[in-house]
Amino acid sequence: MTATIQTLEPVERPPTTMGSRLDGELLEVSMGPQHPSTHGVFRMNVALEGEIVRKLKPVFGYLHRNHEKIGENTSYLGSMPYTDRLDYFCSMTNNWAYALSVEKLAGIVVPERAEYLRVILAELTRLQNHVSLLGFLLNDMGAWGTPLMYAFREREKILDLFESLSGSRMMCDYMRFGGCRCDTPPGWMERAKKVVDVFPRFLDEFEKLIVSNEVVIARTQEVGKLSPELAINAGITGPMLRACGVNYDLRKVDGYGFYPRFKFRVPLGDHGDTYDRLMMRVLEMRESIGILKQAFEQIPAGPVMNPKVKIRAFRPPVGEAYGRIEAPKGELGFYLISDGGTNPYRYRVRPPSFINLTVLEDLCLGHTVADVMVILGSVDIVMGEVDR
Amino acid sequence: MIGTGILKGMAVTARNFVGSYFEKDRLITVQYPEERSALPENYRNFPFLIYDTDDAEAGLRCVACKICEKECPPQCIYIVKSEDKKPDYMGKPQFYAKVFDIDISVCMSCQICVEVCPFEAIKMDKVFELSRRERFDALLLRKSDLAKSNTYYHSICPTDAPEVDAKLAQAAAKKKPVPASPAPAGAAPATAATPSATA
Repeated sequence: MTATIQTLEPVERPPTTMGSRLDGELLEVSMGPQHPSTHGVFRMNVALEGEIVRKLKPVFGYLHRNHEKIGENTSYLGSMPYTDRLDYFCSMTNNWAYALSVEKLAGIVVPERAEYLRVILAELTRLQNHVSLLGFLLNDMGAWGTPLMYAFREREKILDLFESLSGSRMMCDYMRFGGCRCDTPPGWMERAKKVVDVFPRFLDEFEKLIVSNEVVIARTQEVGKLSPELAINAGITGPMLRACGVNYDLRKVDGYGFYPRFKFRVPLGDHGDTYDRLMMRVLEMRESIGILKQAFEQIPAGPVMNPKVKIRAFRPPVGEAYGRIEAPKGELGFYLISDGGTNPYRYRVRPPSFINLTVLEDLCLGHTVADVMVILGSVDIVMGEVDR
Repeated sequence: MIGTGILKGMAVTARNFVGSYFEKDRLITVQYPEERSALPENYRNFPFLIYDTDDAEAGLRCVACKICEKECPPQCIYIVKSEDKKPDYMGKPQFYAKVFDIDISVCMSCQICVEVCPFEAIKMDKVFELSRRERFDALLLRKSDLAKSNTYYHSICPTDAPEVDAKLAQAAAKKKPVPASPAPAGAAPATAATPSATA
């Protein structure tokens, strides 16, 4: 497992061999919680030797909102809008993971059209999450603004689709136990097809912008290497795990939803460094486009909601269930224990970005402060999900 | 050769810069206060109460059943039920909400109140420019602020509103043949079927 330090005091001072240094002491720097590159209110206590990171202690909790406790005190339906606020970039996949675990708990069947809609929305979410991640990552590397604006321009088109479908750009609150809240408005599918059709053109351009750029290569290759052994032991999931070359994608492993009906490949990295993690997102987006195109062809007409499911006063049978999906950031799971009442007895979230963040120290040791920001960016965290 | 990658990237930015003058796809900014993009039909912001007829007080569809108050996840709805019954917009004696407040500084626009309402009495509004000078009373909407006419609902949701009207008319027609005079308890199952239908 990862060797995390409990506290920085007293600082363990390695014997300095460099006579030229003034005193060889480590300098403690508190990075964040208000820092433009920490993607929210995230703080790192860093011990520096000159510019080199010798220790790093992440400090969480600035955005803690009692999410799990609120989930135990509201009805099953009432938790659905709260899940939007976990990873506020990907509310659709959060909805899906929660709906999936409740459906497992109560044994609810989802209509076919709703399952296809869920796949479409999850893949659109993956597109917009990865594209904004790339923009932010380049932003952290000093390509200030331009790539991020290109990324957000594309993301905006997908958010417009979400808005016309669910009524809200980011807090979609769209899925329900046993299906989706409403059917697509007329013309929505055509608009979505158009957005997906022009997306590869943007992706080609974006790839040209970053793939062979010398600055990006110098900043990312061999930076923040993660070994597959450590990744597996620390429970890393998602693109970060696959960047180390571990073939583990819940869409293939679990085959939840209708994913077994789609043909797609799981891109794998080789080195596990920041560059691989970055390219993993680009390749995953290409696969997502493939899935979306297949889903647009296969989606049938029909109801989007199981009519037997009660929305109000929903009481699942006594039991427990763990539903997990491959969210854009990794394995997102909801663990529910029901005592037969209207509220869950226990409501637990397994957030991918929180668990992916646990190896941050191992990734950053020996690199410079500027690299820490790039590595943190490539981990892809959203503080709403980390702190909950 | 070192530097070619950067030049390629610069070519992309140049293409985007020049292209933004010709392709609408590359320049999608809407100059907000001057220009406005049309809101989609499903857009939702904060709830409001619908009234029929011209009387904003007596025409309210709400019968103070308090389901929305109970289901609201952030608990931003506050209702006080009346003790007496007054004739509603269809002339049937019903309870009414003496107080109906929604604190929109707490509301998270999740639309659950709309989904659970069996009487189609609460719907989502599309007004989003709601900045106020004061953050307590000004953002606490009272019953008089919340009441909006069915005509207004038709204007913001041109496809959903006729469906809702048809559904209500159907429910009213179903109820009429029952000879028993005012029977609110007997009327409940007929209307209770609506939430699952709306979902």
